[in-house]
Order: sequence, then structure tokens, then C-alpha cells
Amino acid sequence: MAYILIFITAIFVNNVVLSQFLGICPFLGVSKKVETAAGMGAAVAFVLTLSTLVTYLIQTQVLIPFHLEYLQTIAFILVIAALVQMVEIILKKVSPALYQALGVFLPLITTNCCILGVAILVAEGTYDHTGIESAGLLTGVWYALCTALGFGLALIIFAGIREQLSLMDIPKGMQGMSIALVTAGLLAMAFMGFSGVNNGLARLFELQ
Amino acid sequence: MSALKIITNGIVKENPTFVLLLGMCPTLGTTSSALNGMSMGLATMAVLICSNFIISLIRDLVPNAVRIPSFVVVIASLVTVLQMLIKAYAPDLDKSLGLFIPLIVVNCIILGRAEAFAAKNSPLDSIYDGLGIGIGFTLALTLLGAIRELLGTGKVFDLTLFPESYGALVFVLAPGAFIALGYLIAIVNKLKK
Repeated sequence: MAYILIFITAIFVNNVVLSQFLGICPFLGVSKKVETAAGMGAAVAFVLTLSTLVTYLIQTQVLIPFHLEYLQTIAFILVIAALVQMVEIILKKVSPALYQALGVFLPLITTNCCILGVAILVAEGTYDHTGIESAGLLTGVWYALCTALGFGLALIIFAGIREQLSLMDIPKGMQGMSIALVTAGLLAMAFMGFSGVNNGLARLFELQ
Repeated sequence: MSALKIITNGIVKENPTFVLLLGMCPTLGTTSSALNGMSMGLATMAVLICSNFIISLIRDLVPNAVRIPSFVVVIASLVTVLQMLIKAYAPDLDKSLGLFIPLIVVNCIILGRAEAFAAKNSPLDSIYDGLGIGIGFTLALTLLGAIRELLGTGKVFDLTLFPESYGALVFVLAPGAFIALGYLIAIVNKLKK
């Protein structure tokens, strides 16, 4: 039940882009077409899940036992950068088709702040806005995957709206980024409709 | 280029928020009030000035192939120092900015200036550039924070301008950030012409 709660909370209630403001750059940058948006979403889902797994293990197995918590930021960003590079090399060798599909988006991911953000949240166990007690490896990785799905969902919806928007007659000053931001605001408002659902579900599942 | 020219270039012509559209995550995420926006701007400026200076000093020592990873390590170390300082001297600020302090590492403005300016110019000019871009970023964040705080709660820097019950709370919440920034950029576009 806790996993269902994390799923709903991470995707709809606390959407990573629309309510936590992580990963805005790719959200605004690669959302002009639905296909590229889907590619970016898939690449983020892949890297985010993997990097959360690795950084969580580094935090609990290396940084905490040796009292090196203050090195967290440096260690995590290096691990993420190395991981992205490695994923790129392995994908190129193992699955050229997938590499073709994700290829261009992979290098962009290193500077996507939702990767480092989620890694820090999970490593410190503070992603826990669902009221679930144990913040272990499995819930952490599941939370990362759900967050990535939420990112992909927001990105694809937004790209769909922007495709329609490009056909519209928009006042000159509002063209480009300006109208995109206002649209994102309206989308965020729509997602606010889910607020409180997590508390209701937690009560329903008797987790609180 | 003179020092003044480099600094004003960062504030007006290459304003990171309104013109270059960089560093959107902290811009939207930390501007729920004018004070939060300003603190985030100042924190970023401190890292930017130091990172520009150090990167400019080491620019001839670092081989081209490992340029970006070494820049990232410099920036991450500076952010860690800043994080410890904020935790020690301003615990309230640490709570209100939270996750966005370590995320200064992945702020594209900092790596962007390192690549575009500090890697090609003298240490002194790089400090001026960091100062200019930092001031531009701080002003933009403070302005956005002030507008959101005013429309949302009727206050600016905790100074009450109209009663809170007239405020539209949505401007303090997530959607207001997007909408306020969208209209601010539209106004800037209008002024540019």
C-alpha cells in the first residue's frame, strides 16, 4: 500500500516539475514536440532510477560509515556525471537502437537538477512527504522511478499543449518563453487539484 | 573592456534570468518571498564570483578534455563550503532554501559563465563578470520574489502594504511562480523594443 501511496504522491500531488520546481530547464527546453519530450522522459527515468540507487548506496555504505557526509554534494555530482557517461557508452555497445533514441538527451541530463535533487532527498530520507516511516533503499528507488514518471507525464502534456500553441495567434510580446511559462502556470494549477489526495489515501490505507 | 562595462553587461544586456533564461529552477523555486529570492541570489553570486576567479586562475593548467569535470569539482567544493557556512550562521535560511542550496552546483548560470567567460579571460575581469551576472540574477530574483509576495500576501520584505485577506495566495504557491515570471519576461521583451 505504501508503494501505491508513493506512486500517486510523486506523480500527481508533489509533481517534481510543477510543484517542486526541479528539472525546469529540460521542461522548458525540450518540450516543443511530443516525440522529443517522450525521449527525454525515458532518458530521465532511466538515469534517475539508476543514479538514486548508486548514490543511496554511496551515502549509506561509504559516506556515513567514514563520517564524510559533508562531501555529499561533490561525491553525488561526480557519480552522476560518471554514470551518465557510462550509461551512454554501454547503451552504444549493447543497444544501438535505444542509444539512437535517447542519445542526444543523455549528456543534457547531468545538469538536470531533478537528478541531483532526488538523489539528495532520497539519501537524506527527507522525500518522505507521504507519512511513511521507513525510508529504505527499495522505497527510495521506487520514489525515484515514480518521480521520473511524473516528470515524463508533465513534459509530455506540456509538449502536447505547446504543439497546439504554436498554431495559435499570440501577441508579439508574449511569444516564446513568456506564453510557455504562463501555460506551465495553468498546468501547475490543474495539478494543484490533486493536493490533499495523499493525506486522504494515507488515512484510507491506515498508514498514518 | 572596462570593469564597469563588464558589470553592466551582466545586469542588463545579458541578464541571466530575463535575457539568457538560465537557472530557472532556483528562480521559480525560491522566490516565494522577496527575502528568500534575494538570499538565493546572493548565495549564487558568492559562488559565481569565487568560481569565476578560481577557474580563470587554473584555465591554462587544465587540459581541454577534462575541462568540464574539473570546473564541476571546483563549483561543487565552493557550494559545499557555502552550504556549511549557511548551516552554521543562518540556520533559518538553510530551512527556507533547503534543497536549492546544494542544487547551486547544477545551476547552468555558473557552469555557463565558467565556460563562456572565465575560461577565456583574466582573473580580475572574471571577478567583475561574476559580480555583474550575480547582481543581475539577484535583482531578478528579488523583483520576482517581491511581486509574488505582494500579490500573494500584501507584504514586501515583511512590510505590509495591504491586508493579507486581499492577497491571491496562488502567487505564493507553484502556479503563481510560472505566471508571474511569464508576464515579467513579456514586459522585459516589450521594454527591449
